[in-house]
Amino acid sequence: MNNLLDDNLIAQVADLHGIPQGAYNIRKNGVGIGRRSTANIEIKQKLDKPGIDIIVKPGTRGESVHIPVIITAEGLEDMVYNTFYIGENSDVLIVAGCGIHNDGNKKSQHDGIHDFIVGKGARVRYVEKHYGEGEGTGERILNPQTLLELQEGARVELEMVQIRGVDSTKRYTKAQVGKNAYLKITEKILTHDQQSAESEMDMELKGEDASIQIISRSIARGKSKQIFYPRLSGLTKCRGHVQCDAIIMDNAMVRAIPEITAYHADAQLIHEAAIGKIAGEQIVKLMTLGLSEKEAEETILKGFLK
Amino acid sequence: MLLELKNIWYSPEETTESVAILKDVSCTLEDDRFYVITGPNGGGKSTLAKIIMGIYKPTSGKIILNGDDITNLSISERAKLGIGYAFQQPPRFKGITVGELLSLARSKKCVGSGCNYLFDVGLCPKDYANREVNSSLSGGELKRIEIATLLSRNCKITVFDEPEAGIDMWSFSKLTDIFEKIHKGRDVTTVVISHQERILKLADEIILMQEGVIKEKGEKIVLLGKIMKGKNNFKKDCLGRVEKNE
Ligand SMILES: Nc1ncnc2c1ncn2[C@@H]1O[C@H](COP(=O)(O)OP(=O)(O)OP(=O)(O)O)[C@@H](O)[C@H]1O
Ligand SMILES: [Mg+2]
Repeated sequence: MNNLLDDNLIAQVADLHGIPQGAYNIRKNGVGIGRRSTANIEIKQKLDKPGIDIIVKPGTRGESVHIPVIITAEGLEDMVYNTFYIGENSDVLIVAGCGIHNDGNKKSQHDGIHDFIVGKGARVRYVEKHYGEGEGTGERILNPQTLLELQEGARVELEMVQIRGVDSTKRYTKAQVGKNAYLKITEKILTHDQQSAESEMDMELKGEDASIQIISRSIARGKSKQIFYPRLSGLTKCRGHVQCDAIIMDNAMVRAIPEITAYHADAQLIHEAAIGKIAGEQIVKLMTLGLSEKEAEETILKGFLK
Repeated sequence: MLLELKNIWYSPEETTESVAILKDVSCTLEDDRFYVITGPNGGGKSTLAKIIMGIYKPTSGKIILNGDDITNLSISERAKLGIGYAFQQPPRFKGITVGELLSLARSKKCVGSGCNYLFDVGLCPKDYANREVNSSLSGGELKRIEIATLLSRNCKITVFDEPEAGIDMWSFSKLTDIFEKIHKGRDVTTVVISHQERILKLADEIILMQEGVIKEKGEKIVLLGKIMKGKNNFKKDCLGRVEKNE
């Protein structure tokens, strides 16, 4: 890999130290800089627009795909379309993520559109980390879109994390969940200073006995703003649960608008949303164990986003 | 360690000064002794414990530890001096595991694996160390974890606030074992706030608190009988009806 800066960015977003095992594609400043397909997982360039197709053969088990994106140039607006075809009965780990290092004064932006077609009985764990750093005044912007189709009996777990340095993010996730399929989305966001984060979701439970669990945990510090708008609809016998839990601090603003719609008498949909500051008694408890007030606060926040 | 409370008055800041919860409380807690504080609900026991831990600042009065005035020390500073408090109602933490809480609690001086303290309270470390201290724990489990946390700290002075509350009868005898063990093994001061006769019987000294004052303080042998008899006194309720207390 290129230099120390890139290594650090890649380690932050994809937990990678060196060349990954299995299939991978590394994109830097708008171009691919490294790619490997394996016998079961093919990665190829899209011909009509920027981006790649990732094709996982049916029955592929225990393999992984890493597709980190890094941006180190200021003023770059990168737009990419990735399509994942996950074959029937396969079981794979996909690690995506985007790191921006912007030392300049112009904005750097990455908009990734990820399309998933998850075949019958397939299992996917998808981990996406977003991270920004740099000294300049240039904004670091990430606007990911994730579109999912889960066929019969598929199980997909998405973990989306944004902990630092992203000035503005608008996230959109859309899913259609088929018969007996299960989708779990865990979203963790921390915003600070003047940052803003928005997450919108449209989830459709389409097949009988489909289920969805959405867990959103966020911390808003400084003057940052967060908006959550998960929408869930049940079209048949199904189960869905949305849980938005936010800690608000300083002068931040958090808005959570969970929406559930049932189109069927056997659709069981639940939403819970809570916004509040750290409970004083939690800080007191940790202080009685010898932690300072600041250490206590950090410990609670770290646990909350774990 | 010698802890002296001198003329402690306490009224919560948010209320008018006329309601004092602690009224001129003075007492001395000595080294290597086991105290049980008892008394009616609302008598000021937990408030006194929080004053000792530094969670509440007394409106007036002084707290002296081994001759040093600690009245103005923070909670964390007092914790570092070896004062500990097991909450009557411990808070829950999302995302923090039982094992992590125990590690946070263990001071450097403490030896042995923190998780072993879970055994002492009748919880298998294998089942509990990786569980989050969140709302999935039962009330009794949470109380036992709280006690294990305090045991792992190895404090010089520990106040346990109704440790038996919510604990099942099988674990209860384990709990009394723990207090006997702490008491015999080490040179520490143990204060237990309790309504249980079986715990009162473990005490060297009993302190009876009522309406914000210490009504009695003395050797168990002298006080136990008196208190047990006292609880059978006839008492008028707020409507002036006479009832016989259990
Ligand atoms: N912050 C507060 N504001 C007003 N009143 C308070 C406050 N904290 C405690 N009190 C009152 O002070 C009194 C003593 O409370 P405390 O919790 O010390 O009682 P206790 O002896 O521990 O009772 P229990 O046996 O029920 O645990 C109670 O009447 C309680 O309602
Ligand atoms: Mg109490």
